[in-house]
Amino acid sequence: MTNQIASFVNVGERTNVTGSAAFKRLILSEDYEAALDVARQQVENGAQIIDINMDEAMLDSEAAMVRFLNLIASEPDISRVPVMIDSSKWTVIEAGLKCVQGKAIVNSISLKEGKAQFIEQAKKIKRYGAAAVVMAFDETGQADTQARKFEICKRSYDVLVNEINFPPEDIIFDPNIFAVATGIEEHNNYAVDFIEATRQIRRELPHCHVSGGLSNISFSFRGNNPVREAMHSVFLYYAIRAGMDMGIVNAGQLEVYDEIPVELRDAVEDVILNRRDDATDRLLELAPKYQGGGKVAQAEDLSWREQDVNKRLEHALVKGITEYIIDDTEEARQQAERPLHVIEGPLMDGMNVVGDLFGEGKMFLPQVVKSARVMKKAVAHLQPFIEEEKTADSRSNGKIIMATVKGDVHDIGKNIVGVVLQCNNFDVIDLGVMVPAAKIIQTAIHEKADMIGLSGLITPSLDEMVHVAAEMQRLGVDLPLLIGGATTSKAHTAVKIEPATGYPVVYVPNASRAVGVCQKLISDDAKPKYIADIKAEYIKVRDQHARKRPRTKSISFEQARANRFTCDWSAYAPVKPRFLGSQTVTADIATLRNYIDWTPFFLTWSLAGKYPRILEDEVVGAEAKSIFKDANDMLDALTKSKELNAIGRVGLFPANSQNEDVLVFDPQTPDKQIATAHHLRQQTQKPKGANNCLSDFVTPLDANKRDYIGAFAVTAGFGEDALATAYEKDGDDYNSIMIKAIADRLAEAFAEYLHETVRKALWGYAPDEALDNEALIREKYQGIRPAPGYAACPEHTEKQVIWDLLNVEEEIGMKLTSSYAMWPGAAVSGWYFAHPESRYFAVAKIQQDQLEDYATRKGWDAATAEKWLMPNLQD
Amino acid sequence: MNKLAQLTQAAKSRILLLDGAMGTMIQQHKLSEADYRGEEYKDWHCDVKGNNDLLAITQPEIIKNIHLAYLNAGADILETNTFNATAISMADYDMQAEVVKINSAAAKLAREAADQMTALTPNKPRFVAGVLGPTSRTASISPDVNDPGMRNVTFDALVETYVEATHALIEGQVDLIMLETIFDTLNAKAAAFAVGQVFDELGFELPMMISGTITDASGRTLSGQTTEAFYNSMRHVSPYSFGLNCALGPDLLRQYVADLSRVSEGFVSAHPNAGLPNEFGEYDMEADEMATHIKEWAESGLVNIVGGCCGSTPDHIKAIADAVNGLKPRVLPKLDTRMRLSGLEPFTH
Repeated sequence: MTNQIASFVNVGERTNVTGSAAFKRLILSEDYEAALDVARQQVENGAQIIDINMDEAMLDSEAAMVRFLNLIASEPDISRVPVMIDSSKWTVIEAGLKCVQGKAIVNSISLKEGKAQFIEQAKKIKRYGAAAVVMAFDETGQADTQARKFEICKRSYDVLVNEINFPPEDIIFDPNIFAVATGIEEHNNYAVDFIEATRQIRRELPHCHVSGGLSNISFSFRGNNPVREAMHSVFLYYAIRAGMDMGIVNAGQLEVYDEIPVELRDAVEDVILNRRDDATDRLLELAPKYQGGGKVAQAEDLSWREQDVNKRLEHALVKGITEYIIDDTEEARQQAERPLHVIEGPLMDGMNVVGDLFGEGKMFLPQVVKSARVMKKAVAHLQPFIEEEKTADSRSNGKIIMATVKGDVHDIGKNIVGVVLQCNNFDVIDLGVMVPAAKIIQTAIHEKADMIGLSGLITPSLDEMVHVAAEMQRLGVDLPLLIGGATTSKAHTAVKIEPATGYPVVYVPNASRAVGVCQKLISDDAKPKYIADIKAEYIKVRDQHARKRPRTKSISFEQARANRFTCDWSAYAPVKPRFLGSQTVTADIATLRNYIDWTPFFLTWSLAGKYPRILEDEVVGAEAKSIFKDANDMLDALTKSKELNAIGRVGLFPANSQNEDVLVFDPQTPDKQIATAHHLRQQTQKPKGANNCLSDFVTPLDANKRDYIGAFAVTAGFGEDALATAYEKDGDDYNSIMIKAIADRLAEAFAEYLHETVRKALWGYAPDEALDNEALIREKYQGIRPAPGYAACPEHTEKQVIWDLLNVEEEIGMKLTSSYAMWPGAAVSGWYFAHPESRYFAVAKIQQDQLEDYATRKGWDAATAEKWLMPNLQD
Repeated sequence: MNKLAQLTQAAKSRILLLDGAMGTMIQQHKLSEADYRGEEYKDWHCDVKGNNDLLAITQPEIIKNIHLAYLNAGADILETNTFNATAISMADYDMQAEVVKINSAAAKLAREAADQMTALTPNKPRFVAGVLGPTSRTASISPDVNDPGMRNVTFDALVETYVEATHALIEGQVDLIMLETIFDTLNAKAAAFAVGQVFDELGFELPMMISGTITDASGRTLSGQTTEAFYNSMRHVSPYSFGLNCALGPDLLRQYVADLSRVSEGFVSAHPNAGLPNEFGEYDMEADEMATHIKEWAESGLVNIVGGCCGSTPDHIKAIADAVNGLKPRVLPKLDTRMRLSGLEPFTH
C-alpha cells in the first residue's frame, strides 16, 4: 500500500481547453507562447505527465493538437515528461500520435462504439507505441455502479490482452469519477462505486493501472475551493489506498489530507464514503464557513525573483524564461552606467553559464536555443538605448557579414556571436543559414564589409568553408575571414583554409573570443602584428599536423612504381600529330559560347541544378532564366564589342616517358630534348587498379618508339578587369560579377574547343569524332587534358614548363604570378594525352621517398619541395 | 531448427558479430561518377557520385566483396547497404523511384554473400539484417529556429517510404529488419509503424533490431531523449536487440551501452565508430584499440551483439571477433512488468 501511495502519478490537467477557460482563451487567440507557459508551470508544479486536450468546437482540434505538440517538442522543460493525448475524436488522437517521439498515453478509447472499432484503435495505438486510457464505457453506456465498472473493464482487458496481445501494463482504466453531493440520491454512492471498482480491477486484472479525472467529484461545489480541495484530498486518500495509481489532478488544487480542519474533513468523508443519508446537507451547511478562507492558490516557485537583478537575469537565461526578462533588463539598465554594460556584464555572464553547462553536457541544444531567445529579447530591449547613445558619441566599430554556410542550418553559435558583436558596436549583417558562398561574398562586396564570419556545425560545413575561402580568393575579396562553429578547429583552419588565401583567416574558438578578435582586426595599430602572430601560429599548427601519422595506408614509392599503369607498348601505335611545334590560337566569342558548360555558371550564382533542366526548375527556374538571359545578352554585347579577347597557345611535340617524367623533344631535331614535365605518382595502397602517374600514358623511352604529347594555355580574360572595374565604378556589382563569371566560362569553353580541334585536326587521332556539347562536357572523348595545380598533376610550378615550351608570355602576354597563378585569371592551361586508356585521377597523399625523388628531379632543396607539395604531404 | 531459432541459440551461447562500415570501404575504391552510374544509369540526368546505395545495382561485385570481407573477418550478421535507400534520402539524386530496386538488389547481394559463407561453414550460419536508415530529415525537430512548430517531413511520408523499402528488403530475403543510427525517435517510430504494417500484409514477422545514436556529451539522441527514454519509446516493437551505434567511439559510448544493458529486455547490440572523427572528418581508432574497449564491455557482461560503424574495417571486425571470442554474452535480465513511458526522459510506473 505505502508503495502504491508513493507511486501515485499526477497528470497535469491545465493544458486542456475543456477544463481550463484560461488555456482555451490562449489557444483560441493563438497565443501559443503563453499556452506553453501553462504547460511549463504544470511540470514545474510536479505534473509527471501532462494531459493535452484541444476538443473545442471553435477550434481545428487536429491542427491545434499538432501545433501544440510540435511546439512542446522544442521545449525540453516540458517535453521531458510524457504527454497524454486527450480527445474524444480518434482523428485528433492519431494526428497527435504522429508528433510525439516519446511513449505517450492515449486518452481515451472504449467499447462505446463496439468491439470492432475498439480493437482497431487499440491495434493502432500499439503500433504507434503508446499506452491507453480505457474508459469504463460500452455499447450501452457509461458505467456507474461498481459491478458495471468492473464488468466493462474486465471485458476490455480480456479483448486487449488475450485477443490482440496488448501489453497489460500499458492499460490504464478510467472507471469514471462522477460528481457526488449533487442532491440526487442515486449519485450518493458514486465515489464508493469508483473506489471499490478500483480495488477489484487492481486485484483481478494484473499489471494494469487505474486513473480518473479528480475534479469531477467536487463539481457541485464550484466556486468554493477550500471545500473542493478537501473533497479531492479525501477522495484520493481512499482511492489511492484502493489502488488508483494515476489521476488527472491539479496539484495546486489539493489540500494535504492531514491539514484539513477536522470538522470539514469529517463532513467530506461522510459524503465521499456515503456514510450517512444527510451527508450532503451537512456539507452544504458547513461549506459557506470555508468559502474564501482557503489557502491561496499555490504559485510556481518564484523564490528566484527575490534575488538581485543580475542573478535573476542569469536564472532567466539558464532556464529560458522570457516572462520577466524585459522588466529585469530594464532594471539592470537603470542601474548600469551605460546600456551596453548590461550586455557585457550580467547578460554575457549568464550566457557564459549557459555555455559552460552546455559544454559539460548539463544542458542540451534546445535549451540553449531558448536561452538565446531570452538573450535576444533582452538585447532587443536595450537596442534603442544603445542606438540613442551611439548617435551621441560613437561610430560603428566595423561591419561584419555573418552566415552559416550552405548545407547547414545551425546558427545558434553564429547568432550569439552576432549579438555579442552588435552589443560591442559592430555593425552585423546576418545572412542567416544555408547561405551560399556567392551570396556571402556578394553581400560583403556590396555592403563594403570589414570582415566575414562563417559558422557551421556539421562536418560537411568544413568543406563548404574551404570553398567560401577559395571563392573569396578567386574573386579577389581580401577581407579578414573568421571561422567558428562546433566542428571547426584551429587545425582545420590552419591546414585546409588558411594556406590557400592571401587574406587573414582567424579561427574563433567561442563567442567570447569574437569581440577581441574583431577589435584587433579593425584596429590599424593592432592588426598587422595580430595577423602576423596568427600566421606564425598557423604555420606551427601545420607543421605539427604534417608530422602526424598517415590515415590511409601508403606504400613505398618503389612499390607504387611497380604497380604503374601499363599496356602492351609493342602493340601500341601512337598517332603522329598532323601538326608539330607550337602556335597561337584565337577564337571568337560567337564560336566559344557554343562550348560553354553552363552548369558551373549557375553554381557560381548558387543556383544548383543541371543545365538546361535548371531553367525549368520549380524553385530556381525563374531566377536561372533571368541570369541566363543576362549572360546571353552580355555575350551578345561582347561578341559585337570585342572587348573580351580569347587567345591561347597550343603545341604538340615528340615525347617519351621515363618513370614519372615526360621527356619532350624538339619537333625538328627529334633527338634533342627541349623540356621535362615532372609528374607525381599515387602512393596510397590500391586494392584494385594501378598507382597512377600521368607519365604512364606516354610510351616509355625504353620501348624504342616515339610518342607525342601536347600542351596548351588559353585565356578569355584579356579585357575582363577593365570591364569589371567599370561596372564596379558604376556601383553595378551584379554585372561586375557577371563579366567575371562569363570570362571564366569562356576560358573553359576555349579549352574544350581547343581540345576538340587538337583531337580532330591538329593531332588528329580522332578525326571522325562527332560529339555534341553535352557529350564534350561529360568528357566522352578519347584523351585527357589535365591541368597543373589540379588533382592529377597538383604541383603548380609545372605550369612554367608549359609556359617555356609554348613561349606563352612572349607570344601572347599571359603571365604566371609568383605563386604560379595565371594572369588573366580566366585562364586554363594543361597537357594533352592521347592514349585511349588515359584517365583523370587524384595523386592525393605522397610519401617522403617520392618527395625526395621529386626534389632531385626538379633540382630543389627539401624545403622548396615541401612548400610546393604541401597539399600532397598532408592527409 | 528455423533460422531465427539458430540465431537465438547462437546469441545465447556467444557474442555475435555485426559487420563494420560500408562507406569507408566503398571510399577505398575511389569510384568515379561513371563507376557510380554503371551501365544501368549511364544516362541519368544528374550526378550520382556518392550515392553508395546505388552501387548495389551498378557495382554489385564491390558491395558483395565488402560483405564477403566482413564475413571472412567473422561477422555473423551482415547489414544491407541500404542506409540511404529511402525516397527522402534518394531525392538528393532524384532517385525516389529507384528505392525499391535498390533495396531489393542490396538485400539480394547480402543474401548471396551470407549464403555463400554459410555453405562453407554450415555450423556457423550467417544472417542478413535489412537496414532502414534514419533518412536525412527529422520529424520532431524544426528546421527553422524561429518557428519551432514547423516540420519538414511528416510521419505519414516517412511511413510511406519505409513501407516500400521494407517490402523490397523482405523480398530480397533478409532475416531481420534493423532500424539504425536513429537520431530522432519519431522517425524510428514511423519506420517501426511501417514495418508492422508490412508484417501484417505479409502475414509473418521478422525480428527487429533497433539501434540509436547518442550524438554528444549530453548523452542524448539528437532529438533530446536519454538512452532509457529512447528504449521506452521503441519497446513496443519487442525488439530482438536494442543498441547504439555511430556518433561516438567506444570509449565515450560505454556508459550509454551500460544504461541499455540495464533496461533492455532483449539482446543488447553496439556498433560504435572507430573513434571520433578528427578535425578532417576521418576516423583513426586502430582495430586493436577498438577491440580492447569492446572486449572490456563483453567482460563486463554488457553486450550480446557487437560490430563497427563509421571508420571500421574488416580488420576492426576481425580484431573485435578475436577479442570477444570465448567471452560470455550478456544474460537477459528479468525486469518487473511496468508501464514504461517517456518524454525526453524515461518515466516508469
